[in-house]
Amino acid sequence: MENIKANVILNAKGLACPTPIVKTKRAMKDLEAGLVLEVQATDKGSKADMKAWAESTGHQYLGTLEEGQVLKHYLRKSSQDETLEKKHPLVITNDELEAKLEANEKIVVLDVRETAEYVFNHIPKAISIPLGELDDRIRQLNKEEEIYVVCRTGSRSDLAAQRLAEKGFTNVVNVVPGMSKWSGKTTGI
Amino acid sequence: MTMKAMSSKEVTQKIFNKQELFILDVRNESDFKDWKIEGENFEYLNIPYFELLDGVEEILGKIPANKEVLVVCAKEGSSVMVADMLSDAGLNVSYLKGGMKAWSEHLEPVKVGDLKDGGELYQFVRIGKGCLSYMVVSNGEAALIDATRMTDVYLEFANKIGAKITHVIDTHLHADHISGGRRIAEKTGAAYWLPPKDATEVTFSYQPLEDGNDVEIGSVKINIHALYSPGHTIGSTSFIVDEKYLLSGDILFIDSIGRPDLAGLAQDWVGDLRESLYKRYRELSEELIVLPAHFMIIEELNDDGIVSEKLGTLFTKNHGLNIEDENEFRKLVTENLPPQPNAYQEIRKTNMGKINPDEEKQREMEIGPNRCAVR
Repeated sequence: MENIKANVILNAKGLACPTPIVKTKRAMKDLEAGLVLEVQATDKGSKADMKAWAESTGHQYLGTLEEGQVLKHYLRKSSQDETLEKKHPLVITNDELEAKLEANEKIVVLDVRETAEYVFNHIPKAISIPLGELDDRIRQLNKEEEIYVVCRTGSRSDLAAQRLAEKGFTNVVNVVPGMSKWSGKTTGI
Repeated sequence: MTMKAMSSKEVTQKIFNKQELFILDVRNESDFKDWKIEGENFEYLNIPYFELLDGVEEILGKIPANKEVLVVCAKEGSSVMVADMLSDAGLNVSYLKGGMKAWSEHLEPVKVGDLKDGGELYQFVRIGKGCLSYMVVSNGEAALIDATRMTDVYLEFANKIGAKITHVIDTHLHADHISGGRRIAEKTGAAYWLPPKDATEVTFSYQPLEDGNDVEIGSVKINIHALYSPGHTIGSTSFIVDEKYLLSGDILFIDSIGRPDLAGLAQDWVGDLRESLYKRYRELSEELIVLPAHFMIIEELNDDGIVSEKLGTLFTKNHGLNIEDENEFRKLVTENLPPQPNAYQEIRKTNMGKINPDEEKQREMEIGPNRCAVR
């Protein structure tokens, strides 16, 4: 199983409703946009509430892992990245990428979202390198290959595609809009 | 202003008396949609507690000033928080003690009627979940039918009326709630009866309940006559008590009929269900008072809180008993069925003795409404 990295871990174990949500709300307030919070709770009802709370506040609820009695909820603080202007010239739509995957074309899908976003839902065989780790892990990628970069809304993947182009990758395409609207096959835990 | 706790018993009385109540349910929307406190004159507002963390000002205008207000959540904690904020804002409010968890477990005993020579029949209304269980009492002895897992309630009640529980019966292997039958039988030394066709996989010994069996209690014999009526399960058995009451289990309800799919065999059991409802029940006296093991909607409660109706009345009024065409009947009970009850497979296994979840887990398995019927 992939190792999920969270930026902040909140311990809400042993606490009854409403405290886990109250604490989560506070922790989210202090978190930087786009970062991931892991909430550890034992209240079984916290799962549905976390999801509903995140939806009502605009944060992303990524998923929940159950480890024995402990529920680990993963949430990503909402960011305004959808509105950023995309600069990388080569783009492809979700549907076009899906067609390539369906046709078994020899391509690489690079998912630059956070690991917590990736593990719960991603395109089968997509490689996970979060945007923040791209520079350090760029050697894992091959310049000869056709690389399709995907994130949630096309913004982080735009930055990643630009970065790869700077490093001499010529065959890099940004997938727009990305996983938020992806209707093709996915896998996850 | 003030905030006080309201018990499940008090809420139940308001339902029975058709009183007005304004319920502010602060659980999340999907939980509220799935299952809530039902009362004929209850009004509702559903705002999840996590939308009220910064204050209740925005909803003050939606809460009527002239009505009693009850704040409800899953386990009490969030409702106390919200009720406290509302009382700070100047309202008189209550919160539901123990939340929906307590509501799901509340049992309200109601006397159905007298049996011959001083005998009595009680219905235990599990108001939050719609489960009904029965206690037949005669001369210091009692038989308990379709007991829930809240065993203390029955034991205390029997104690209070000075009766010893000598027979415990389940009309069928339940799929929507965990039976307390076996535990009560163990505690009291009573015989535990089960229909053998439903009990092929159980891990404990029991008294096989067959068609035509008579269970008698008390020195003045009250007769509990078993009538094999398969369809909801293959073993489902009804009872005729004192030649006056028909305990119909999950075969026939007031406004609906049993569903045949909870053991996974809808197609196979449709014929049995039809035979039970359209032939075996037709042969009975129309004067019998039907007492089912469930109610689905609050309108099925009579004015005194009892769930009962004359068999003859059901023959004319219950839609499920009035479908001439066999194919149409088959369609009704096999297609478009409501969602299956929460964790029903695990509940069946628990009732077979195959798994032994702890109390917290049992509570969680039973959460939500019962869904044993088709209308």
